[in-house]
Amino acid sequence: MSVLSFLRRRPVPEGGRRVLVPFTGGDLDPVVLDAAIRVARAEEATLVPAYLIVMPLEYRLDAPLRHEVEVAMPLLEAVEHAALRAGLPVDARVETGRTPTHALQRLWEAERFDRIVVPAPAGRSHGFTPKELQWILVHAPAETVILRPDPTLSEGLRLARTLDAA
Amino acid sequence: MDRGHYRILVGMAPGVGKTYRMLHEGHQAKEQRRDVVIGYLEPHDRPETAALAEGLEVVPRLRTAHGGLELEEMNVDAVIARAPQLALVDELAHTNATGMRHEKRYQDIDDLLAAGIDVISTVNVQHLESLNDAIFELTGVRVRETFPDRILDQADEVVLVDLSPEELQERLRAGKVYPRARAKVALENFFQHENLAALRELVLREVAEDVEARRQPAALEPFSKQAVGERILALIEPQPKSQRILRRAWRSAQRLNAEIDALWVRSNGHQPSEEEATQLAALQRLASILGIHFLEVEGADLVSTVRRVAGERGSTYIFVGTPDESRRREIFGGSLLSRMVRELPGLDIRVIADRAKREEEQ
Repeated sequence: MSVLSFLRRRPVPEGGRRVLVPFTGGDLDPVVLDAAIRVARAEEATLVPAYLIVMPLEYRLDAPLRHEVEVAMPLLEAVEHAALRAGLPVDARVETGRTPTHALQRLWEAERFDRIVVPAPAGRSHGFTPKELQWILVHAPAETVILRPDPTLSEGLRLARTLDAA
Repeated sequence: MDRGHYRILVGMAPGVGKTYRMLHEGHQAKEQRRDVVIGYLEPHDRPETAALAEGLEVVPRLRTAHGGLELEEMNVDAVIARAPQLALVDELAHTNATGMRHEKRYQDIDDLLAAGIDVISTVNVQHLESLNDAIFELTGVRVRETFPDRILDQADEVVLVDLSPEELQERLRAGKVYPRARAKVALENFFQHENLAALRELVLREVAEDVEARRQPAALEPFSKQAVGERILALIEPQPKSQRILRRAWRSAQRLNAEIDALWVRSNGHQPSEEEATQLAALQRLASILGIHFLEVEGADLVSTVRRVAGERGSTYIFVGTPDESRRREIFGGSLLSRMVRELPGLDIRVIADRAKREEEQ
């Protein structure tokens, strides 16, 4: 697993640190989840898994999207369960935006995060693109770690392992 | 002033005869000596429609220029000033030109209704917001102009204007919907038989559900409302664990085919801290995405407030997180859950475990 890190030093906030793990498109790589859990545990932080929903332009940003939600909810439950099993406090989120980065921006405009752990693409058909990662590095309001998922895992296996981890 | 009566004529596709029916009903109302105007009519270059509009007063439209085009929109102020008893307004899902009073025509109609004017309007099912994905999957066409489902819910009457796919295709071939050259293209694309059959099924189901939803409360109000179906009331607090309560409530609602209300009972005079405000905003966002109605009610006592709200909303099922109560308070003051069971008779109560505590103990 290669690790790119982009550090922006910010003072340690009061009220506990918060580690954001945004994901989109129907899966979160177990390697990334595991790393995020370890980072949060080392920092005694709350893990904030956030599922980003891309809202088509013809809908309001807060419109209910049944299909997306049906994918997001079990996945969020699984991620939350994995974090809780590791003894971490969890504060899960669902955020919408016109693009994944728009959703991210809306999320971090509304809430404070001290570290962001982002999965990089690994030949996937969805998730963050290299361009989006570049945007995140430029605009993220906190230290950002980009993790490359295991390239040998197929999408189905990756999802299965994420759910297994829970 | 009483709000106007809202009647929506809904169809599966253009050309089934919604506008024709609207104008026909306008004439009937006029014959009954009601004051009727056409607020907005989309003639679609259909001679039959234009002919039927004759004899009905038309409120002049607003003209506006947009990108080199001259557009015409309903003049809401003029219709309200004219104050008819009934206004006919075509195509409620239409998006107005920039600079108009509202972005969407259904918002204009809302102003007419608020002014006490009865409205008959028309719409095709593919514009319904919740069906947008389904329509795209069925027809491959992404409909840009949508309207919220609540518009149908709030209308006094929703009437289906139906035509079989074969009849509609016949109307197209005869040039009664579009000019013949355009009709040929339409028949090979959106108006294929399979598309029309699927759209017809959707609109029939939609209207049937609407009829069912209207029939039940009317027949059973007020005492038997609970027998109709489940309605979940999820009790939340501005805390991370409430996210899970909402997700659990949503999952159960899928199985029960139930509506969900999320309720935060705010103690009298309590102002949320910055942290609580953040949590509340996140819960509201989740509620919106899950289609949950978010309620914030001030109350001195949680259980009595829940009892009142549950009665008002017709709740049948309460979802509550594990209360953060001290053992001492439980012993001396009685546990919150015991009180809920005792004071909310007839309501199922489900306690959502705090997984964090479970993991701590393992």
